[in-house]
Amino acid sequence: MKAPLSWLEDFVEIDLPVARLAHLLTMAGMEVEEIRVIGLPLPEPGSTTAQLSGFEWDREKLVVAEVTEVMPHPNADRLVLCKLNDGKQEHIVLTGAPNLFEYKGIGTLAQPLKVAYAKEGAQLYDGHQDGLVLTTLKRTKIRGVESYSMICSEKELGISDEHEGIMFLDPALVPGTPLVDVLGDAVIDVNLLPSFARCASILGLAREVAAITGKPLNAPRFSPPPATSDSAWASLEITDPSLNPRFVLGLIRDVKIQPSPERVQHRLKLAGMRPINNIVDATNYAMLELGEPLHAFDYDVLHKRANGNAVKIITRAARQGETLTTLDNVERKLDEGTILVCDEAGILSLAGVMGGLESEVTATTRNILLEGASWNMIHVRRTAKAQNLPSEASYRFTRGVHPSMAENGVRRGLQLMSEWAQGKPDPLLVDAYPKPFTAPEVEITTQDVKRWLGLELSAVRIAELLARLEFKVEVSGDSVRATCPDHRMDIGEGITGKADLIEEVARIHGYDNIPETRIKDALPLQLGNPTLRRTDHVRDLLTALGLQEIISYRWTTPEKEGRRLPKDAATDDKPYMRIANPLAYEKAFLRHSVVASLLDTAERNARHAVKMALFEIGPVFLQSEDPSGLPDELTSLGVLLAGQRSPSGWQKADTAAMDYYDLKGVVEDLLESLHIADVNFKPGDHPSYHPGKCALILAGEQQLGVMGEIHPAVRERYDWGDTFKAPILAADINLDLLLSLIPELSRTKDIPAFPAVVEDLAIVLDETIPAVDAEKLIRQVGGKLLADLQLFDLFRGGQIGEGKKSLAYRLTYQAPDRTLTDSEVAQVRNRISKRLDQELGAKLRS
Amino acid sequence: MADYEEIINKLKTDRENAARDAALIVDESSAAKFKTTYLSPSSVLAESTQAIKSLDGQFKPLVGQASNEHKQYLTRLYDQAIASLKEKQLKASLSSEKLDITLPGRPVHRGRLHPDTQILRELLAIFSDMGFQVFQSREVETDEYNFQLLNFPVGHPARDMQDTYFMDVPDRGDNPLVLRTHTSPGQIRAMREIAALNPSDPPPVRVIVPGMVYRYEQVDVRHETQFDQLEGLAVGEGITFSDLKGTLTDMARRLFGPDARTRFRASYFPFTEPSAEFDIQCFQCKGAGCGVCGGGWLEIGGSGMVHPNVLRNGGYDPARFTGFAFGFGVQRIAMLRYGINDIRYFWDNDLRFLEQF
Ligand SMILES: [Zn+2]
Repeated sequence: MKAPLSWLEDFVEIDLPVARLAHLLTMAGMEVEEIRVIGLPLPEPGSTTAQLSGFEWDREKLVVAEVTEVMPHPNADRLVLCKLNDGKQEHIVLTGAPNLFEYKGIGTLAQPLKVAYAKEGAQLYDGHQDGLVLTTLKRTKIRGVESYSMICSEKELGISDEHEGIMFLDPALVPGTPLVDVLGDAVIDVNLLPSFARCASILGLAREVAAITGKPLNAPRFSPPPATSDSAWASLEITDPSLNPRFVLGLIRDVKIQPSPERVQHRLKLAGMRPINNIVDATNYAMLELGEPLHAFDYDVLHKRANGNAVKIITRAARQGETLTTLDNVERKLDEGTILVCDEAGILSLAGVMGGLESEVTATTRNILLEGASWNMIHVRRTAKAQNLPSEASYRFTRGVHPSMAENGVRRGLQLMSEWAQGKPDPLLVDAYPKPFTAPEVEITTQDVKRWLGLELSAVRIAELLARLEFKVEVSGDSVRATCPDHRMDIGEGITGKADLIEEVARIHGYDNIPETRIKDALPLQLGNPTLRRTDHVRDLLTALGLQEIISYRWTTPEKEGRRLPKDAATDDKPYMRIANPLAYEKAFLRHSVVASLLDTAERNARHAVKMALFEIGPVFLQSEDPSGLPDELTSLGVLLAGQRSPSGWQKADTAAMDYYDLKGVVEDLLESLHIADVNFKPGDHPSYHPGKCALILAGEQQLGVMGEIHPAVRERYDWGDTFKAPILAADINLDLLLSLIPELSRTKDIPAFPAVVEDLAIVLDETIPAVDAEKLIRQVGGKLLADLQLFDLFRGGQIGEGKKSLAYRLTYQAPDRTLTDSEVAQVRNRISKRLDQELGAKLRS
Repeated sequence: MADYEEIINKLKTDRENAARDAALIVDESSAAKFKTTYLSPSSVLAESTQAIKSLDGQFKPLVGQASNEHKQYLTRLYDQAIASLKEKQLKASLSSEKLDITLPGRPVHRGRLHPDTQILRELLAIFSDMGFQVFQSREVETDEYNFQLLNFPVGHPARDMQDTYFMDVPDRGDNPLVLRTHTSPGQIRAMREIAALNPSDPPPVRVIVPGMVYRYEQVDVRHETQFDQLEGLAVGEGITFSDLKGTLTDMARRLFGPDARTRFRASYFPFTEPSAEFDIQCFQCKGAGCGVCGGGWLEIGGSGMVHPNVLRNGGYDPARFTGFAFGFGVQRIAMLRYGINDIRYFWDNDLRFLEQF
């Protein structure tokens, strides 16, 4: 909503600098996004959060002047010479403005033209450049004629984009008057939130300015002509009052369609609308001023459609298959639910959105039927969206226009038309208001204000604040009864109404004037969030293991995620949750796999990283059978390792590529640190992984996840660049399950008090026997006395023989209550080697 | 038959020679040579000790004593020489083993948390100290939870304030699935869960709801279409707007120092009434206006008193309970804190960005 200060001042006195006014409005919920000065000084940068534009006009160099004669240029058809008086002296000024050509060569003008005159050295916007570029007017020669001054276009002054012709001023102005004294203004552009629909007008904003600054509001009063429900010229039928609570018609005869007065056109332009003609301008002017969008029909067209009878206007919802050609000459298919204004012959307009072509006001229109109505904002919103027809009218109707405004709007429109187009308004209005809006009455007490705001205000103060916004107020004791004024629909009933009024009290009192306090309520039961605590613990463990956390976009495509499987393998057959209106296809599906996100991330980083050790914790989305229709959001932990084991410096480092056992070390340490019981690994079979280097991660019988080296056929589906050759290792862990297995308490072992006996044991066994079998057996036989067991060497080849491997273990024997004797240790050792031989065919290596 | 005087003289000469040679001990071999010359079985000392038994009785104690003294003397000479030799060697080694201490250390590969996690932890800790507990809530929501229960009726213009991603799920009428546009559905879910503990006398609520939210918005350096939000909710019998102001000002102080100031501007959110946007005074320019802030204040988020309809939808009687709620972007705080210029860095996961934290 663009509001020129001069227009606001029609209704309220403003004695603040514009930046201060903008600040007060912003603090009260009407954010001023831009301040555009028209000739006035620019506010200091930093004095406001609003964008600033426009420039200050020099009082000496930009003045009102009068053109008394327009003469042809001796050497150029497209230029004219103007005899011009700037109040001090006469000048000959060169211009190419086409809107002066009609005066060319007709001698001294009977009625001199008032123009904006710029003298040498004046600052102006360059009319010939795109955008707003300031330039200084310099003396020059154009086609042999010296030129040191000019007549300005609106663009050069920063009033509008208009640069075709020069700007004409009010004929009553006196030459020599500084231009800023006549046209100086500032336009504030206010971003209106949905609850501030009442401020989508000059009067609405002026009302807030009055309330905030404590000045009186000079609201317009209309001497009402009597209203009837029908007349000789029109009648009304509202078929559904919930769609159309009110409809008001006025008639004005014998209008002369012509351009509006200069000052009217000027105001419309400042407010961001294009002047068209006096009738259209009157509807727009009344709308901008009061907030009621009006629609003008050519009465004679309707009269003819009614075969010369009184026009009957019917409002109703569209039926399936109906169409209307709107005044932009587009035939539109209408959805059911579109509200229509019709007569008995058919559809006239899309209510609140756009008029039909047939009944549009044209240059030959003489009699105008003027519509002011209120519409169901939800329906108008749907129509404006479906037809893609945003307009000043639909902007207001989709936010809600109070039915009481229909009548004032029509009156104001008729008044302006009679003034500007010399029409004769019919004394009657036709008014149908089947469902009058009842103004909410709300009672609030000083205790309510205290309870909501933490602020002590007297009832008198509360009443005064509300009265500033035109609430009717009644104080009794600690209580204020407030009746909502007839321009706003955002105040509810009952407790909602209380909350609404509390907001108005806070707003006008000023949020800045509410104290800052600490919550005095008792602290609620403190239960913590075990899931988050455990998740954070996992994060900490993984970073301690040298991994970098990443967080990815949740969206992907099946094709992108499909790369985590080999091309020829079965595809991911779980259906995706798909976004109906994605920004792009690449962002249309919610992911199934965190490992896929990790692979994508690794791919992007491979060009500049030699080592990647990454993890991500986040949801994956799977369709579920839940009756709510909501998907399962399962939390996954993904780990990815790739590249050299240790970072390189100037000294020797372990630059070998990480392998399966690096990943396993991370996973083992994580699970051990979390005290997960009975962790074991089984050879896995998953299409993403190398078949010989894949393991299922188990806790007891429960599968926590899968890990391994990414299958070469998967690896080659990603672009790793020319240099990154290392295998990719990944783990995919069900975090929800993992967290559920973390014991609430864990037991710490005492530090042993008696010495340990440490021995090495090397065995040779078949390659096919997994190491874990030997380890399990040794632990089982070693029992309590075997405090620790560690594999420290794996050897193949040499004297070991084909198909065999040698495993060397370091065994630590220890008892908690005594020093072990040699014979005790020897007994255990012998039992272990015997059982290894019996059960696994493992021989001691000599 | 050794002569008493001859032995004494020999010892005397030996003493002089030893004094001279001890001064020549400069390394291990000269030390060994000294030991062989003066302290071995073939030394003058050993000879004189041998000779004692062939002396006359009266001379025995005299030579014995002289030999003894001589032995002590030689041993002392030797020990001193060795000590000074060691000291010299240590000095030499200390001055020769000098590192270029400016060479870089061995690189360590440290794991790091994502900067979003780091700042979120800081925020959660601040609110945890004020008694706010973390409540987590789902990312795909129903229209009912994301909008309707938060007082955005179907077709209401306030919905235009939050450009929404809808899920492609047919036949859901007025209750489509959406990617949550804010963490506020967590308000309803938290209230309902806590109220269910004792529906007739629901316990007070003080929760903080972090999580990913989604807006249908073109992405640029300042705008993301997926971002992390933090929602706060306090419901009780004495919660006021002034408490809201105090709580967020406390947060600002914890984040930006004891002089931090906040500002509340009237605003509109369907689920709060009164509603406010809150700003923190720019920590760069202290409110004077600069390139970081524009007009001296940094826009942080939205807030307000929980709307009576929302309280009721959460299971709390608005005639008895009041509440406040607020929400803001976690990345916004991180960007201010770490001087990050481009919001797209967060989920792009370029290690050259992540490894700076
Ligand atoms: Zn600043």
